[in-house]
Amino acid sequence: MSQIGPIFRALMRNKVGALLIALQVAVTMTIIVNAIHLINARGDLMGRSSGLDEANQFYVTSVGYANDFDAPYVIDTDLGGIRQLPSVDDAVQINAIPMSNGGWSMGLQTKAGEGENSVPTALYMTDEHGLNTLDVELIAGENFKATEISYRDRNTRDWPQSVILTEALAKSLFPDLSPTEIVGQTVYIQSNEPLTIIGIMDHLQAPWTGWTTVNHSMLVPNKFDSPYSRYLVRAKPGQREQAIEQVEQFMKQREVGRMVRETETMTQVRMDSYRGDSALQAILWTIIVVLCIITALGIVGLVSFSINRRRRQIGTRRALGAQKADIMSYFLTENVMITSVGVILGIAGSIALNMWLVSSFNLPRLSYIYLPIAMIAMWTIGLFAVWGPALRAAQISPAIATRNV
Amino acid sequence: MWLYYTRLAWLSLKRHPLLSLLMSGAIALGIGAAMTTITINYLMSADPIPEKSDRLFYVQLDNWSPNEPYDEPNEPPDQLTYTDATALKAQAPAQLQTALAQSGGVIEPQGLGKEPFLARLRLTHNDFFTMFNAPFLYGQGWSDSADETGDRSIVLSKSANEEIFAGENSVGRTVRLEGKEFRVVGVLDEWVLKPRFYDVTTGAFNEMEDAYLPFKLKETMELPNSGNTNCWKMPEGEGFKSFLTSECVNFQFWVQLDSAQEKQEYVSFLNAYAEEQKKLGRFPRPLNNRLTDVMGWMEHENVVDDDAEVMMYLSLMFLAVCLLNTIGLLLTKFSFKTGEIALRRAVGATRMQLYQQQLVETVFIGVAGGIGGLILAALGLLGIEYLYGDQVKDLASLNLPLLGIGILLAIISSVLAGAYPTWRTCRIPPASQLKSE
Repeated sequence: MSQIGPIFRALMRNKVGALLIALQVAVTMTIIVNAIHLINARGDLMGRSSGLDEANQFYVTSVGYANDFDAPYVIDTDLGGIRQLPSVDDAVQINAIPMSNGGWSMGLQTKAGEGENSVPTALYMTDEHGLNTLDVELIAGENFKATEISYRDRNTRDWPQSVILTEALAKSLFPDLSPTEIVGQTVYIQSNEPLTIIGIMDHLQAPWTGWTTVNHSMLVPNKFDSPYSRYLVRAKPGQREQAIEQVEQFMKQREVGRMVRETETMTQVRMDSYRGDSALQAILWTIIVVLCIITALGIVGLVSFSINRRRRQIGTRRALGAQKADIMSYFLTENVMITSVGVILGIAGSIALNMWLVSSFNLPRLSYIYLPIAMIAMWTIGLFAVWGPALRAAQISPAIATRNV
Repeated sequence: MWLYYTRLAWLSLKRHPLLSLLMSGAIALGIGAAMTTITINYLMSADPIPEKSDRLFYVQLDNWSPNEPYDEPNEPPDQLTYTDATALKAQAPAQLQTALAQSGGVIEPQGLGKEPFLARLRLTHNDFFTMFNAPFLYGQGWSDSADETGDRSIVLSKSANEEIFAGENSVGRTVRLEGKEFRVVGVLDEWVLKPRFYDVTTGAFNEMEDAYLPFKLKETMELPNSGNTNCWKMPEGEGFKSFLTSECVNFQFWVQLDSAQEKQEYVSFLNAYAEEQKKLGRFPRPLNNRLTDVMGWMEHENVVDDDAEVMMYLSLMFLAVCLLNTIGLLLTKFSFKTGEIALRRAVGATRMQLYQQQLVETVFIGVAGGIGGLILAALGLLGIEYLYGDQVKDLASLNLPLLGIGILLAIISSVLAGAYPTWRTCRIPPASQLKSE
């Protein structure tokens, strides 16, 4: 510690060099803190559960084009056939696929009438196989009955009587009631049309992964009479590939005047949905790693030079009795001092950059836990970088002091 | 003289090969990262139709609910109702104007081994092709009367024509779409708009359509909605008609206005139209019509992805780190040469000459860094393409202006990095250094 004084005075003789390292450390830290913060924020988004059994599910789209295409007939017989397949657990026609970013939303309100407060929700149309195919559990109430399921088309304006809501949606509508109490309550759709809540399911995401109310979903006992129809299929555990093959084969061999579009697994849907997020993570990681390497190499280069320049001084110190450890600790201490200035600037920079990102891009606010972690990381990188050159400095022979240049 | 400086610089660089590599490598990495992200941002924010982007205007009318705006703070809907889209086309005072809608349908190509396929459809008026400079390979857009009657005319994209007619001139032939026969009136040449500015409601960089049909067919063939449909109240009554007369928005509208006066007239027309609709009991909100030109609309719709912008700023900071790194290294290296410089000063070299000599060395590093940076940027863009897939199709490639930006950036960077160390080194008074040695 007694070295700090002389080290500081020596540094003041080469202010610019030291300042440059400090600045470099500061900017590096600013970038790293914010990049890690972004990476984690995206990780949280991607880590949310969809509520599905993604590993075993896939969907397939059928588009009828023949003039005599009979949608309800094809849908019913398709589903009947698919459900019979040995590798299939269950299947359902559904109007939207969770996480696919395309779907329907509606508003629900607890009081009838226009202008009343309305809670947005995604809407999934399924029959009584919906819960099992989606792999969601009822936590209160009951499932749809087979007799309740009706067909609707794009011009149908009214809604079936009963609906099943996610717990999150139910809580938003009735914050004070328990799930069991919410069953049997009436909510209004399209301002005035009453619906009875017959069941509460645990969790199911809306199709839009970036939606603020992504946990608001509801099931409606409808099938959709349209030439364009999607089937969500849940394979028996571990048999997804066989199920895909069997479903495609079954659908393609039926000659009903339709085309079968590509099958997509829920794993792919998730990947596509979060592609931008995982790409951003990969890019930021690359930046962080390269940045650390550059900063470290920069320190190595600068320290090596300054050691070279001071060979005679080092030799003299050694000749006057300084231990190798003293020389090492001189350069390590010098580095810690410079890095510390950088780290202090880095804290200010990190917070400033984050404030700007929050206000310009609506990104989440920085959690301050990252700051001490980044500080330790910067000190470690600094020491790591300076270790080699310092070790070589310590090897300088005392005899060098006596030599002429 | 310059040749001599070059040789000196080369020798000086060679004396510390690792250091030289580190300096130019740092600049290369910085420029590589910056150029990769600048490219993406540049292409995302590119003007898709520079020759007339300030004369094409997107029309917004506020038909939304009296209780709440479509979007805070008091934003009108980003699309129009069918009622308004058709009324504007019929009544508004502009030479060129067109409504647009997305739709989809199955095309059944005739011939052995040809499978039906789901086509992306664009419903529009014939002005569309003129307004947006669509390039025709064969034929042309449909007639005005087809616009009015909803004649089953179709314009195919180049790729659809290849799929259906093996790329032949198919004008006059028929295509089977949604179970109906359509007459081909035109085939477009390769046409890619990035961003596809005329409809960005479902993503600004979506693919172009396979076929274009008269707008009227929406009504007569009851073609399905595609894209976003938003309603603040449910359609009243039964059937498809009730959707078309409802307050649901699903349609876009563009108009070409060539002068300030035309624009003024159009604005007055829109205001009068809105007032008239108010009298009919529609448009319960205060008057809030908008006319926005292409680039204004791209900005309003936030076409440049936030992530891309954030990455660009982070990579510019990254470049700053690389520059600081190089400045530090150069400074130390040059300070090592003070003896040599002082000696040269003492034997008569002017400060300017020394300055030039040091600068040559910096330029060497800068040029190496710049070239390395552009190579790294090309690699970086490949990486982006791999990570994002179709989302960045055609958005991750360097072109001539970008190469220019890259070279400029490299020069600025190396000058920035070299200026201070050079200046400081050359300030050395000759005597002081000679004395101490």
